Amino acid sequence: MRPAESLRETYGKKLVEIGHRKKDVVVLDADLSSSTKTSEFGKIFPDRFFNMGISEQSMVTAAAGLALAGKQAFVSTFAVFLMRTYEQIRQSVCYNNIDVKFVVTHAGITVGEDGATHQIVEDVGIMSGLPNMKVIVPADSIETASVIDYLVDKTKTPYYVRLTREKFPVVNDDSYKFKEGQNTVLRDGSDLTIFCNGSMVGFSLQAAEELKKQAIDTAVVNVSSIKPLDRSGIISYAKKTGHVVTAEEHSIYNGLGSRVSEVLSEEYPVPVVRVGMRDTFGKSGKSWELFDYFHMGIKDIVSAGIKSFREVNKYETIS
Amino acid sequence: MEKSMPDKDFKGMDRETLEKIAKKARSLIIKMVYSAKSGHPGGSLSIIDVLTYLYFNEMNVDPSDQNLSSRDRFIMSKGHASPALYSILALRGYFPSELLMDFRKINSKLEGHVHRGVPGVETSTGSLGQGLGIGVGMALAAKMDHNPYRVYVVLGDGEIEEGNVWESLMAGSKYGLNNLVAILDKNGVQLDGFTRDIMPMGNVAEKVKAFGWEVREFNGHDFDDIKSAFDFARSVKDRPVFLIANTVKGKGVSYMENNYKYHGSPPANDEEYERALREIEGI
Repeated sequence: MRPAESLRETYGKKLVEIGHRKKDVVVLDADLSSSTKTSEFGKIFPDRFFNMGISEQSMVTAAAGLALAGKQAFVSTFAVFLMRTYEQIRQSVCYNNIDVKFVVTHAGITVGEDGATHQIVEDVGIMSGLPNMKVIVPADSIETASVIDYLVDKTKTPYYVRLTREKFPVVNDDSYKFKEGQNTVLRDGSDLTIFCNGSMVGFSLQAAEELKKQAIDTAVVNVSSIKPLDRSGIISYAKKTGHVVTAEEHSIYNGLGSRVSEVLSEEYPVPVVRVGMRDTFGKSGKSWELFDYFHMGIKDIVSAGIKSFREVNKYETIS
Repeated sequence: MEKSMPDKDFKGMDRETLEKIAKKARSLIIKMVYSAKSGHPGGSLSIIDVLTYLYFNEMNVDPSDQNLSSRDRFIMSKGHASPALYSILALRGYFPSELLMDFRKINSKLEGHVHRGVPGVETSTGSLGQGLGIGVGMALAAKMDHNPYRVYVVLGDGEIEEGNVWESLMAGSKYGLNNLVAILDKNGVQLDGFTRDIMPMGNVAEKVKAFGWEVREFNGHDFDDIKSAFDFARSVKDRPVFLIANTVKGKGVSYMENNYKYHGSPPANDEEYERALREIEGI
C-alpha cells in the first residue's frame, strides 16, 4: 500500500477544482481554515469564502440561509466543534432539507496529541440520527475526492462527511467511484468478513493478511456509506462468511458496529465482534499508540476475527 | 443585475386600511389558536401590526410569483408566532383563510411552528436564535448575486437571550449587510414571566449598536411610526439595521396584555374566546 496525502489535503484541493467549475459553491469555516484546508478555496475565491470566526452557530445558520438562496454550502471545522451546533443542523438544515454539506476534519482519536477534548468518537451516531442527513466516512484520498465530486454533481440535500487529520494509506484503485449506499469489497474471503470504514480500512486489510496465516479466509468490506446503509451488501457477506467483525475509529455504541448489528439481528444473526472505542473519552498520545491503547490496532482486529470465527453461527443453529 | 419587482398596488396604503387588515389578522389569530386549542397568541398579537406593514406596504413580494428570485425575504425567527405569520400570509393571498382553522391539526401543512411547506414561508423556524443567522446567509447570497432583494428577520424579546443571535450580529456587521433588517418584538414578556426578571438584557439598543448595527426604536403598534422606522432602515447604506419595536404582549385582548400565561395558551373557554373577538373588533 502506498502512502497518501491526508484526506483534508485532498478536500482542500478538490474544493478549489470545484470552485472553478461550479459558481454556486460557497465555503464557510470557523477559524480553522488552515487546518481543514478550506483556506485554499478562500485564497482563490475570496468572494465565496466566509470565515465566520469562532462562531459555529452563526456559521451553520448562515450556511442554511445561503442554501435557501440557491447556493451549495460547504461547511468545515473540526468534527468535535460542529457538534455544538447539533440543533442548528437539525432545525435549520435538516428540517429544511437543503443543500448544506458538512465536511469535517480531525475526527476520531487520530487527532492524537491534542487529546480527549478534540477526539470525537460519537459524531457518526449523532449525525446519523438526523432525518434527511446522510453520513459518509471515506477511507482514503481517492474515495474522498470521489465523494466530493458526487456531492457536488448529484446531490442537493444535507450530508456529513467525516475526515481525519492524519495521512492514511490508499486502499482504493485509481478508478474507484463512490456510490451512495453501496459497500466496496476490497478483499474477498469465505470464513469471516470485516466491515470497516475510515482509517480502519487499511488496518483491516493488514489484519486479514494475518488471519489468512491462521487459516481464516477473511473478506474486507469498506462501509463508507453509513447512511444510507448497504443492507443487502452486509447481509450477503454475513451469509457468505457466517462470521463478522466491525472496525471503526468511533464508538462501537452508535456507529458502524451498531448499524451492522442492527441489520444482522433483524435479517441474519451471525456472530459479530465489534472493534472501536468503548464508552470512554480518548487521551493524548501518538495516534498509533492510541490505537493500541484503546484496543483498536491490527492485533486487536485479528483477535476479534478469531473470536468471531470460533463462535457458533447462531443462524445455522436456529435453522 | 436582477430586475427589481414593480411596486404593487399595496404600496402607499393608508393607515386606516392597514389598521383594518391588522384587526382582521388579530381575529384570525384568536380563531386559529382557539380552534387548535393550543398555540401562541401573546407574541403573535404583539408583532401583527409590524407584519401587516411588512406584507402590505414594505416588502416586494407577490403571492402569484412566489419563487421570483428578486422577492424580498421574510424570516419569522420567533417561530412560535406562527399564527401571526400564517394569518397575514392568508390575508395577503398566499392561501385561503379557511385553511387557518386547520392550524396544528394532523392533516394540515400549518405546523405548530413556522413551516417552510406553507406557501410564502422562506424557512422553517421554531427553535429560537437561528433566524438571524439564516438572514445573514440570504443577505450574503443577495450581495454575491447582485440581487436587490432585502431580508427582514423578526426576533423575539426573550429570543435574544440565545448566543446564536449575537454571533450572527457580529457576522452581519463584518459583512456590512445593508440589505438585512432585524426587527425586535420588544414586548417584555417571555414564557416564564417578564423578560427583565428571567434574564435582564439591559440596554439592548446600546448593545446592538456596539456590535456595529444601526439601531432605531419605534412604537410597534402605530403605523405612522412603523413606516418611518422602515423608511429609515432603507436610508442606511453602510451597515445592517436593527429596529426595536416597542410592543405589548397580547395587544388588543385586555386579559392577554402583558400576561405571560398567554404566551403559549389560547383563550381558556368560550367566554374568553368571545370576549377576545369582541375586544379586537372594538379597537
